[in-house]
Amino acid sequence: MARKKPIQFVHNGSDKAVFVDEGENLLDVLRRGVGDLTPKYGCGQGTCGACTVIIDGAPRLACLTLAETIEGQSVETVAGLAGGQLSPVQEAFMAHFAAQCGYCTSGMLMSATALLRDNPRPTRDEVVEAISGNLCRCTGYEAIIAAVMTASGQQAA
Amino acid sequence: MPVEMRKDLFADERDDNLNEVGKPTQRQDMVGHVTGRSPFYDDHLFDGLCHIRCVRSPHHNARIRRIDTSAAEKMPGVLRVVTGADVPGNLNTLLSLRDFGLDDEPLLHTEHCNYRGAPVVAIIADTERQAREACAAVRVDYEVLPHVLDVEEAIAPRAPVVNPPYPDNLFVYHGKYNHQKLRFGDVEAGFAEADHVIEKRYQMSPIEQAPMETCGAIAAPETNNRFVCYTSTQGLFFSLGTAAKLLDVSSARLHFIGGTVGGGFGGKVDSLHEPLAILGTMLTGRPVKYQFDRAEEMQVGAPRGAERWYIKTGTMADGRIVAMQLKGYFDAGATTRLSSYAIVKCVGHLPGPYTIPHVYADVYCVYTNRTPATAMRGFGITGVDYSVESHLDVVAHELGLNPIEFRIMNAYRDGDMKAHRRVAKNCALIECCQVAAEKAGVKLAPHLQEMASMTGGGEGARGQIPNYTALDEHGRVEGFARQSYGGGDKATPMDEFIRPMPAPQPARPVEPARAPVPQPQPAATPVPSGATPRQPEPSLEPAGAPPPASPPDERRRSPRRFSSVSGMRRR
Repeated sequence: MARKKPIQFVHNGSDKAVFVDEGENLLDVLRRGVGDLTPKYGCGQGTCGACTVIIDGAPRLACLTLAETIEGQSVETVAGLAGGQLSPVQEAFMAHFAAQCGYCTSGMLMSATALLRDNPRPTRDEVVEAISGNLCRCTGYEAIIAAVMTASGQQAA
Repeated sequence: MPVEMRKDLFADERDDNLNEVGKPTQRQDMVGHVTGRSPFYDDHLFDGLCHIRCVRSPHHNARIRRIDTSAAEKMPGVLRVVTGADVPGNLNTLLSLRDFGLDDEPLLHTEHCNYRGAPVVAIIADTERQAREACAAVRVDYEVLPHVLDVEEAIAPRAPVVNPPYPDNLFVYHGKYNHQKLRFGDVEAGFAEADHVIEKRYQMSPIEQAPMETCGAIAAPETNNRFVCYTSTQGLFFSLGTAAKLLDVSSARLHFIGGTVGGGFGGKVDSLHEPLAILGTMLTGRPVKYQFDRAEEMQVGAPRGAERWYIKTGTMADGRIVAMQLKGYFDAGATTRLSSYAIVKCVGHLPGPYTIPHVYADVYCVYTNRTPATAMRGFGITGVDYSVESHLDVVAHELGLNPIEFRIMNAYRDGDMKAHRRVAKNCALIECCQVAAEKAGVKLAPHLQEMASMTGGGEGARGQIPNYTALDEHGRVEGFARQSYGGGDKATPMDEFIRPMPAPQPARPVEPARAPVPQPQPAATPVPSGATPRQPEPSLEPAGAPPPASPPDERRRSPRRFSSVSGMRRR
């Protein structure tokens, strides 16, 4: 029997304890261990950004994060973004039609959320830079950029 | 984003009392998307889910001498090693559900791998990692064969045979033509009268749809001897039928659930994952997931196929195009999938949205040892449109014409007869060009600025099928149908057109026989002209080449094999 390792971390504000395999990545642990299906598998090699989560305040790729390294850290996903109501970023994504198939949206939202916490009034270039690790095959990005600008209380154009 | 509605155009053709068009309407799935709760196929958790990975051919073209899975079978976590012998009906072509073409693709290859990445062995294991490790332990002994990756090399003499049911590396239409043919008027006469004849070659690359969600499916046992399948497919019932055929089970035993697709763009219709995942469940009794990783999605996932076009136009000094000849080669890759159909669509589209008196096209569906191609956003149209429009830009440049004006001059209008013998209606190319010119700051000549799609179309020869169409029998295939199209060894000359009676199937009532439907007639009667020889009947080839007469009672009993180009008649 393969040896499992216990880890404990904060998942969207709640304590979680899980057993992980050696070398298991955080994406699999979140999806199959914790049951949080909001981070998505798009490439498994850190190129698409669909699995982006926020770890201790910084956007990180769950597929490239070894689960055992997050011991004691805080992991945030889209599942924790909306309290009683949608967050401003989520609202802005809706208003700007910034999602089509929806598969990149979770990762986009986490990259955008991390940006706006750090830099509440980013320039357009800073928005582009912040989502540059998140691929979207549907929208052509403009709607997403406009949504992030709107969420920061600035003109979308 | 602001949407500009040009309501001044075609104002009297439209009911303006619309309550949805012209204003933003929220998508019904948007809340799910922004909360991460939209249920993609992979968002269904199953206890004991196991995983499939495939051993794939590293060669473009190779014969399989021997497959040794003994080491893999003993690897930790391996539940089952699957080969083609485990697939009940291990040969299919996607459009067989529409009775179009020969079965030419196994789910798992047993004798011959005709493209790099062709699946040979599937391994089901407790974890994905165990399945990968077991795949690495499979030994396949290949005899590497010469391969061909270029469409014109593939149809040259002595080229390697890519897809054995089609030994000439060309799809065969109707059991007798190695290409789709369009003949309208006489291009040679058109070139003879033209002031400028220009011919160019155009080449498109394959394009991967590259959806963010890779293709995949999860199957699990359900009650009452049924199987549930969650899938990323874009064509749920298409995948259902394909899985039922490959697995030789009634589709009533398969419960398909789809709907939320993480980007498809046409690339999620090939139904490769559902049958293998269901088979895995049948063989292990466990829930099974079969998912492309990103590398597979890019290498094995079927792209939009490459196309090569040779386009020759005859143009008068004033800018009128009088003749267009097109020769097209679609690169289907190693198997047919949907390329045969793409070409049917393509030929119906030629020569693009222009009224040209003489049009000639031969379009070939060519097999090469590349990844099989499939649907992608307007496939069959996009590649040739790129080529035709590029060519028109080249011609306009060489003639010193403004490319927008050149298009307006030749644009089709309501009432014009198109090359595939249907009358054009609801045309809007002229208006699109006028708006494009306005946006680009191009000043059009006054008579072109005043032109409209709804005036002047169908006048004189524009609305008529040419009195004379030059025909040929080039590309006719002899003896092919008898060997291959469903006839087997009891073939008769009729088998080209008559499907054998299906074996009695108690579960499904036999469809009532249908009376033969008359062949389509052209909408307009040709006007006699002294200048060109009169033909008794305009050619309908290839759309409606009438089959040889067969006994009427025979027809009544059996449905016609091909009643139109796509195998389906519009009723």
